[in-house]
Amino acid sequence: MTKFRKKVYLAAGYNTISFGSGRKEFNPKKARPGIEQYITEAGRGSIVQISDPKNIDEGVISNFMAARFCKQGNLAGFIPEIDPALEYKPSTRVEGACGSGGLALVTSMKTVLSDLADSVLTIGVEVQNTVKAIYGADILAGAGHYASERKEGHAYFFPAKFSDRAGVYYQKFGYEPTRKGMALWYEQMIKNARKNPKAQEYHNAIEDLFGAGMTPPNPKTFVENLNIYDCSKVSDGASALIFASEEGLKKLGIDKKDAIEVVGYGQCEANLTKQPEDPTKLLTTQKAAEKAYQMTGLGPKDIGLLEVHDCFTITGILALEAAGFAEYGKGAAFVESGKTRFDGEIPTNPGGGLIGFGHYVGGTGVRQAVDCIHELTGKANGYQVKLNSNRPYAMMISMGGNDKTVTAMIFKKAE
Amino acid sequence: MTFDERMQNVAIIGAAGKMGSGISLLLAQEMARLKNKPENKDKNYRLYLIDINLDHLAGLQQYLRAQLVKAGEKACVMLREMYKDRQDLVENQDCINQYVEDALSFIRTGTDLSIVKDSRVIFEAVLEKKDLKVDLLKKIDNFCGKDTLYLTNTSSIPINILNKEANLNGRIIGFHFYNPPAVQKLAELISADSTIQELKDFSMELAKRLSKKIVPSNDIAGFIGNGHFLRDGLYGLREAKKLAEDYSLPGGLYIINKISQDLLVRPMGIFQLIDYVGVDVFQSISETIDHYIQGEDLKDDLLKKMYDKKILGGQKSDGSQKDGFLKYDRNRPVGVYDIDKGEYKLFDPQGWSGELDKKLGEYPVGFYAWRNLVADPKKSDKLKTFFQNLKSSNTLGAKLALSYLQNSKEIGEKLVKSGVAKTAEDVNNVLLNGFYHLYGPINDYI
Repeated sequence: MTKFRKKVYLAAGYNTISFGSGRKEFNPKKARPGIEQYITEAGRGSIVQISDPKNIDEGVISNFMAARFCKQGNLAGFIPEIDPALEYKPSTRVEGACGSGGLALVTSMKTVLSDLADSVLTIGVEVQNTVKAIYGADILAGAGHYASERKEGHAYFFPAKFSDRAGVYYQKFGYEPTRKGMALWYEQMIKNARKNPKAQEYHNAIEDLFGAGMTPPNPKTFVENLNIYDCSKVSDGASALIFASEEGLKKLGIDKKDAIEVVGYGQCEANLTKQPEDPTKLLTTQKAAEKAYQMTGLGPKDIGLLEVHDCFTITGILALEAAGFAEYGKGAAFVESGKTRFDGEIPTNPGGGLIGFGHYVGGTGVRQAVDCIHELTGKANGYQVKLNSNRPYAMMISMGGNDKTVTAMIFKKAE
Repeated sequence: MTFDERMQNVAIIGAAGKMGSGISLLLAQEMARLKNKPENKDKNYRLYLIDINLDHLAGLQQYLRAQLVKAGEKACVMLREMYKDRQDLVENQDCINQYVEDALSFIRTGTDLSIVKDSRVIFEAVLEKKDLKVDLLKKIDNFCGKDTLYLTNTSSIPINILNKEANLNGRIIGFHFYNPPAVQKLAELISADSTIQELKDFSMELAKRLSKKIVPSNDIAGFIGNGHFLRDGLYGLREAKKLAEDYSLPGGLYIINKISQDLLVRPMGIFQLIDYVGVDVFQSISETIDHYIQGEDLKDDLLKKMYDKKILGGQKSDGSQKDGFLKYDRNRPVGVYDIDKGEYKLFDPQGWSGELDKKLGEYPVGFYAWRNLVADPKKSDKLKTFFQNLKSSNTLGAKLALSYLQNSKEIGEKLVKSGVAKTAEDVNNVLLNGFYHLYGPINDYI
């Protein structure tokens, strides 16, 4: 793969609170902010960090299913609502299920690389608490192949998809060690979330996190191989950041110390109508990570901060294997080794990840990049990790559907 | 006739009341499940819901629709399996809507008793008045088949009396749900001497289908649940009146309600519980049991005064708590009734109620509120420590609480001794499952 013909930077990151059950202030019976409020909060949170919003050239917004969750389409039209200076500027909405945010990043990056824009305001958003989880499951099932999968599918469609993967994985690599790794993943993510005031699990007060994570699954009320602690929650929220060229950074008055650079990426799409070739592997994630490594000449040994798409604890473990951090079948042991912990060799999801921070589906990829900006520029406050100087790179993997729409990106601090 | 055959045509009398509506919901759910079995596709199902009040029946229909939606949402994993052959039902929403429509489609409401003539199972859940129950049972049995089975939800009237006076020849059993029936896991089962075996078997199977835990009780007025509750509540009233000498009656009621919740580690104080059940219902239980049990005074003048003044507690149609012994704001007690003045005295933590709290003294080390212990796997150990500390405490609150606990234990033991309950375990099971206590009254803590 060719290298970038010029440098592309990310800066001015902002996440809203990931709102939903778990937050003390959440009350499903009370009125909550709508999708436009989340978009404007995140967008304004980003542009207050630059000199003048009129210098932003374009907007990209990612979202999965606002048309069903909020009965709202045409989301690009909310970008001018962020600031009058954005009126009449080009804006594009992208969608790739839970991987929508990753597509927003790639689209923004390519726009800057095309020389048609020096800067792009990138937003990712989802508001899901408009419906109960049991109905949200129907909506989220659209990330699979609706025509061939929904009728036969489970009430909790996506948890069941990854439960099936977990079931095969248990058979191949043993229930006990895998379950233990999943429970430890849960424990690590909640501990991380407790450091991040915007995380949905920030207020989580469970004393025995590992014990909760070990709760046996109950297929009568949920799915065969996962318990509720294995699942990311239903979330409302948005994230925003700005992609810029060298010229763009100057125009926006962004100091390089506050920016990170995209070193390389890998983007892959798999056939939505097909079932996973091997349920114990995230093959699309693997291919995207390999592309990113190939482009950059880097490998897992160079990565000191990892952001993976742990929509379920088992997915976190499979992602570690797919991205080459753990050997095949050793993901759970890798988690148990402590390497992914906040103070471990490769701090993973230090802001809580999808399990701890929350998962506002169409915005999660953007949220992952915002956290990479915060960590690499030393702005992560309570969840700031100490980066190993031998591993100066951050990697994020955004995944949509059942490992169908995947974007991997590698960043470093801007120089 | 098999259980499933009987469940094809069921009637509930007094269906729009608090207990009747919950029983209606439970039976509608079970019948919808049966109706959707492939072998029952062509069978007709009917659930007749009878009440004297048309407005309440309209409310019942709304309640059932809303509750069936909630039940469908909870049971969606099962619903998708149930509707797996229905290609038109794809989404969870489709399955839940269909489930609600299926259940409502076999429900008929009305005020005319005669529409239940083909029912082979009749649930009776009317007011707790013996003559009313007997009159209705007699009327219904005149036009129903002589193999019709009757289940009464009475919480206090002996089943032998109902059986005899309504001439049912053993076709009646006491199936006493706890309030609210859709939530509470407990049901007391009370047979008359001549209750037929088929009805006993039917009741056990029904309990199984509805996921209810059955505790058998002998046919002595009040049975186990109200046998304990009435005496426990009367004790509270008498203690409050004793305290009134020093602290005024509202003060006494405040103190007893507080210690019976906090220091007994119960979900509610005793007067909040009486308000929840309804002062009128409690008064009716008192009169009924007092009528049948000799040698024990089971009435109370303060209770009667509250009833006469129509300070009745109970719930509003939206489920929120009405004022009774206590005044409520968003279901939390905020004041206590002063019967002499005919008004509520609001709690005042900086004033009178705060002073009483001080008089009760510090709570012993190891105190946890009920809500903090209910899901704690180590609650038995924590309760043990707490009650040990309570025993060595010398405060007014501790003394009152220990007497209360002792009295509750004696009530429980008496229920076993007098043959109402077969075992201490049965008594404890009723209090644990029907009243959400964390420990049974017959225990080693005190």
